[in-house]
Amino acid sequence: MAKAAGATRRIKVENLARVEGEGALSVRIRDGQLKNVAFTIHEPPRFFEALLRGRPYSDAPDITARICGICPVAYLLGASLAMEDALGLSVSADMRRLRRLIYCGEWIESHVLHIAMLHAPDFLGYEDSIRMAQDHPEIVKTALRLKKLGNHILEVIGGRAIHPVNLRVGGVWRSPSRDEVLALRAELDWALEAARGLVGFTATLPMPAVERDYLFVALHTDDHYAVCEGRIVSSDGLDVPVQAFHDHFSEDHQKNSNALVGATRDGRTYHVGPLARYALNFDQLAPEARAAAQAAGLGRVVRNPFQSIIVRAVETLQAVIDARALVDAYAAPDPPHPEIPPRAGTGHGATEAPRGLCHHAYTLDDTGHITHACIVPPTAQNQRSIGEDLWDVVAAHIEADDARLKWVCEQAIRNYDPCISCATHFLTLEVDRA
Amino acid sequence: MSTDGSDAPRRPKLAVWKFASCDGCQLSLLDCEDELLDVVGAVEIAYFLEATRATVPGPYDVSLVEGSITTAHDLKRLQKIRRQSKVLVTIGACATSGGIQALKSMADTEDYIRAVYARPDFIKTLDTSTPIAHHVPVDVELRGCPIDRGQLLHVLTALIQGRQPRLPNYSQCVECKRAGTVCVMVAKGEPCLGPVTQAGCGNLCPRVGRGCYGCFGPAEGVNTRALAGHLRAGPAQGGSGLDGPATRHLFHTFNANAPGFREEGQRHG
Repeated sequence: MAKAAGATRRIKVENLARVEGEGALSVRIRDGQLKNVAFTIHEPPRFFEALLRGRPYSDAPDITARICGICPVAYLLGASLAMEDALGLSVSADMRRLRRLIYCGEWIESHVLHIAMLHAPDFLGYEDSIRMAQDHPEIVKTALRLKKLGNHILEVIGGRAIHPVNLRVGGVWRSPSRDEVLALRAELDWALEAARGLVGFTATLPMPAVERDYLFVALHTDDHYAVCEGRIVSSDGLDVPVQAFHDHFSEDHQKNSNALVGATRDGRTYHVGPLARYALNFDQLAPEARAAAQAAGLGRVVRNPFQSIIVRAVETLQAVIDARALVDAYAAPDPPHPEIPPRAGTGHGATEAPRGLCHHAYTLDDTGHITHACIVPPTAQNQRSIGEDLWDVVAAHIEADDARLKWVCEQAIRNYDPCISCATHFLTLEVDRA
Repeated sequence: MSTDGSDAPRRPKLAVWKFASCDGCQLSLLDCEDELLDVVGAVEIAYFLEATRATVPGPYDVSLVEGSITTAHDLKRLQKIRRQSKVLVTIGACATSGGIQALKSMADTEDYIRAVYARPDFIKTLDTSTPIAHHVPVDVELRGCPIDRGQLLHVLTALIQGRQPRLPNYSQCVECKRAGTVCVMVAKGEPCLGPVTQAGCGNLCPRVGRGCYGCFGPAEGVNTRALAGHLRAGPAQGGSGLDGPATRHLFHTFNANAPGFREEGQRHG
């Protein structure tokens, strides 16, 4: 495309599509030189941390779940773990397995939604998955069935797919019977092949060539691919308990964004989510998941953000494999939850939401009411990483026409499966007194 | 070959809009896995940012509106959407009552600011979170936090076929009795909003031995005061023995700003 000397190109996306929440993007190029890239979040603030103050500890899981309709389990469990830490409770091995099983359901539902409905259309040149379904009906139908299985796991254990009602501090209200859980097995058997097929499909997608040098951060535990327990580790050797999160990571409030922006305490950008988990927990993947990753052409570490779609598919397969094993080993937790005497304290909890590490911290008074709450969701932590990716992506496509450049920038933001509603929950209000 | 030949009836244009919310209610549409491809075949998806970057200008036959109004900009956007929409359906507790974020309307705003403000100069919001019907006429209201996807499909099907949707206006208690669910209040003294909450979820909470927490908001003509008296009465009187703040917290969650729940909560501690 011909460019006049001194021309300024502006690419603007005022309302990003196929993301969860409201975000915007603007790119400014002058004389063929990239001058500015801004990814902003304009989701209206809902300031959950303020409205939690004064509420009993037992309200936190259900209230924080309303931060995000796509990953409510991340909030239900993150808040529960933090409260259990504050109250000095430990839950049984049976309950920990039940929690991992429902979280597998959320990973399957959220990952498959993102892979097939929100992200794959970018790679294949479709506006959406409905148009994609006309040319690739089997891919979309298989994805819908997998997604339904994820939701069904949430319903069997949680009572409802969006904002499950059966999870609580200390465990569940009612332990599902062994028969109810075993009934999931047949569909999980089907899902094994379907998830493998999904990895194969994502491996065929054309990948823009961008490599980034990320500082990865994720939960890690030696005995399984970490979902809702473990220590916080990083690719530069950090290895700390979840209680130390705020000693190593911080958040800033930047202009034009209704979300806080995460960085390490020494000011470095870091990256959470599938690429981080995959790099840090590769050895904990099931052999079949590792084999599928290898067949898809992935190494032990993936630094091309666009390949996150393949890693998400590998993690979907991992979640199916884990869910099958957890179903087979299921013993109904008894009792479903302990008696919980309130006490004063501070507690921390962290889980791997589908989009990455999600950290909760609360302080309680001696009646068990919340005096302070702080929640750090994955998209806020990834906001700087998204911005830096965009610089490289725009630089690599600077010769492309505006429509193509806009397309690939949107696709690059969707690499993060950004959950903008989550990123925005923090902020507090400004009263418009005019 | 186009399937939209001149002989084929025009498909109704469906738009999905978001205000302050968690996205869960519009996700309910994508969660209709078995019906999704049929639904998108029966309507023209004209605006649904969570699902597609393609947009079609208004007017729209049916607009689904999620979320509450918390900024001046959103209020202007809503008014434009109403002008462009033949039928406007609000979906979920944020849109029908203001949602959990409506608690800010009841808080001491100065205290909120002191406690949590990072950089107030960067943020613009109103000090209220109001339902859609406060600002524009609403044709159909779908309750729930989140909405029930069966009810969503029922409403969409009815509107596509030009029928009036039929939604329950009775309380959760009726749903529990019909399903044979044991009453958690009678059996365990569990605090439960079922007697004053609109049916529609399928008595999810009592089925797991938990009291209803009012996702679907107040049913028509309910007596919140009588229920509050029962919640506060001691176990010896057959009550749940809640104190004032606990009673207020029960009424003031996801439908805190709904008429009935708002006032009842405010009467207690």
